[in-house]
Amino acid sequence: MAPQALSDVRVIDLTHYVAGPYCTKLLADYGADVIKVERPGTGDPARHIGPFYQDEPHPEKSLLFLHLNTNKRGITLNLKSKTGRRLLLGLVKDADLVVESFAPRVLPSLGLSYETLASVNPRVALVSISNFGQTGPYRDFKASEVVLYAMGGEMYSCGLPDREPVALGPHWIQFQVGSVAAVAAMGAFYGARYQGLGQQVDISMMEVQAGGTERRNQVLVGYQYSGMVEPRMAGTGGGYPSQMYPCQDGYFFMIGGIPKWDRFAELMQSEELKDPKWKNPAAQRDPDLQAEFEAIYLTWLAEHTRVECWQAAQALGITCAPLNTVEDLLKDAHFKEREYWVELEHPATGKLTYPGAPFKMTETPWRARRAAPLLGEHNGEIYGSLGLAKEEMVRLREMGVI
Amino acid sequence: MTGLPLDGVRVIDLTGVWAGPFGTLLLADLGAEVIRVEPRQVFQPSGRGGSPRPTKAQIANMRLYSQYPNMEPGDRPWNRSAFTNPQIRNKLSLTLDIRRPEGRRIFERLLKLSDVLFANTVTDTVEGLKITYEDLKAIKEDIIVLHAPGMGLTGPYRNYRLHGATLEAATGFTALRGYADVHPSQNASTYVGDFAAGSQGAFAVLAALHYRNLTGRGQGIDLSQGENALHYLGPAILDYTANGRIQQPQGNHDPRAAPQGCYPCKGGDQREGFGSWVAISVFSDDQWGGLCRALGNPAWAQEERFSDSWGRGQHHDELDRLLGEWTAQHDQYAVMHLLQAQGVPAGPVLSVKDAFADPHLRDRGFFESVTQEDCGTHLYPGMLFKLSKTPLSIRTPPVRLGEHNEYVYKELLGLTAEEYVELEREGHIGMDYPPHLR
Repeated sequence: MAPQALSDVRVIDLTHYVAGPYCTKLLADYGADVIKVERPGTGDPARHIGPFYQDEPHPEKSLLFLHLNTNKRGITLNLKSKTGRRLLLGLVKDADLVVESFAPRVLPSLGLSYETLASVNPRVALVSISNFGQTGPYRDFKASEVVLYAMGGEMYSCGLPDREPVALGPHWIQFQVGSVAAVAAMGAFYGARYQGLGQQVDISMMEVQAGGTERRNQVLVGYQYSGMVEPRMAGTGGGYPSQMYPCQDGYFFMIGGIPKWDRFAELMQSEELKDPKWKNPAAQRDPDLQAEFEAIYLTWLAEHTRVECWQAAQALGITCAPLNTVEDLLKDAHFKEREYWVELEHPATGKLTYPGAPFKMTETPWRARRAAPLLGEHNGEIYGSLGLAKEEMVRLREMGVI
Repeated sequence: MTGLPLDGVRVIDLTGVWAGPFGTLLLADLGAEVIRVEPRQVFQPSGRGGSPRPTKAQIANMRLYSQYPNMEPGDRPWNRSAFTNPQIRNKLSLTLDIRRPEGRRIFERLLKLSDVLFANTVTDTVEGLKITYEDLKAIKEDIIVLHAPGMGLTGPYRNYRLHGATLEAATGFTALRGYADVHPSQNASTYVGDFAAGSQGAFAVLAALHYRNLTGRGQGIDLSQGENALHYLGPAILDYTANGRIQQPQGNHDPRAAPQGCYPCKGGDQREGFGSWVAISVFSDDQWGGLCRALGNPAWAQEERFSDSWGRGQHHDELDRLLGEWTAQHDQYAVMHLLQAQGVPAGPVLSVKDAFADPHLRDRGFFESVTQEDCGTHLYPGMLFKLSKTPLSIRTPPVRLGEHNEYVYKELLGLTAEEYVELEREGHIGMDYPPHLR
């Protein structure tokens, strides 16, 4: 079997919910040995968040948790106990990365600050993911997906003009943060491995968005440059069509201010649209011409399905898309041909279809080695590797440490 | 020498629009030498703004994300676009047309001195430019090549053209967001896929670099922007594959929180489409108690039907209305502080203007003041994360077209003065687009 890129990387994963686990999932999916440390009894709170397999709330059946924790090994450990802390430091000794997503006060209060970790392993990198970062006036503030988007992202312009700003989909901001955290983790790991310098990474969910290209960094700079502010508006702007229109079996979307007008006219098989008056980009914003345009475009759309529209326009190199649901994607030939979907077997759910490789590597492939761990599934093998005898583990279980 | 983690890593950047440049930005911020290779005799679509020489009237019609300093084109508009500039700090710029034979020869020389090539063009262009992994491996055995086309390098959609707004529609994102009572076809565009592809591309390159350091082997990476972004929909995908459910948009609600939403505040810009807003989430009885205390325990908050999270969820719309009547009497920051003091998640919906004044971002030094010759001095969004021992920063301003021609051609590639003049004569080298490009 081909090797994986990160097979020699060892990660102690103290994260929970979405952002941290997505970061460590990426590391694990590309080969890292990720040991997920969960609180005894209840585990990662994401185990208690739906949707659930067959709609049955159960800590081993959260589909959110199952998605986010593939390829990891799992142990339970009470970090508040002295013994728990000692066992964790034993694991940190051999780790390249420790990733955590506690509130900033927590790790130091457990006697597990970066300095303590560095004292047992000077080359370890500690990746800390939090709502607002490890410093600053909002350091200890509480947040949620929608609060994070409000403060860090471009929520202000997301939505319709006569309505309140509206959130993105469930957990998306936290996925963005997890993805950037994986870059930060690899950057810190790279420095530690090749320059011998361990350090702490401070990731603020607010700043990841404010510096990110879900248009927020562009509009921040746009404001600095121009002093202009912009209202919420529908569509993409930039001239019609600029929004989705109905076609025979759903909705179809072409970017406004069509840059390849000749090809568009060819697609519509319309002599009227070949008139030079349309070539001026201003014409594509002219409200007086919109009815004329729509009469042609909407007629064409009504005669074609989403897939027909998409194929015909893409064949001419026009940027466009149908409005698809998740169901459409699972049935789509493209993703099947690329073998995107993968099946994973899990004791509580049997076989399920998951999203597969986010990117394909020729030498070191993404791989679904194992489904998410059951709570404490790997206690035996991992504590065994620290030299604990079976009897000691029984005693630690009785004490609630593991 | 940057002293940063990626010191000594050289990346050829053939990216455009937002997704690719965001990926190489993260590598540049971490200390890699990222060289943008840009033709100057053709203008790449959305390469440096929408067109090389927009008029003042055109700029007046542009969206905020495409704006220019003082809304003026200036002498070199291509160095002044907000569409591009946030993503090209810490990078170098080389002008070179790799489509022409002499340009190709230079490109191959540069490739031999590089570690990574990063591109996000559509597959037929990758093949046409002869920059597939196989093409480039034949020139430099251990090169790492990342391509991030909309739908990947293989499969029926390999040549489909998609950008952020179309990508999110095609891959199921648009259908899962927006108001619960408005059809998703009416959603304004967002660009989640660009963000996702960019950051994931940087991660992929870092993983491949590590493997190359261990084994001496390079590799090719096929990053489908669509497939990559689908990870964000993992729970919705599993809800379909496990339960057969097609999830619907939930607006600002969440099944675990009530009340949760975006509520009006007083002050700010109250024109339609603007307004002043605060986001609030209440997940538990404790947080509900905190909210009630912050509001001064109004009579409605004592009603039996709101006493547990089940009841609050059942009467969510009514709660939204009552809470909105209270928030509307307060400033967005006042609401945040009142609620956070009681342990309730709450925060203002920050407009671009508000963000620059925000005390927390200021305290953390997030915005950095940068002077760029063609733009003047402005505050820019800074680093996405902080490293404690090797601090990251905006080391060099948004790079101007061709700014590093001398360095790359002469110092790096060792071209003679004669060869340099010859390439200049052939139109490769310069800091302007020729006047006929409008």
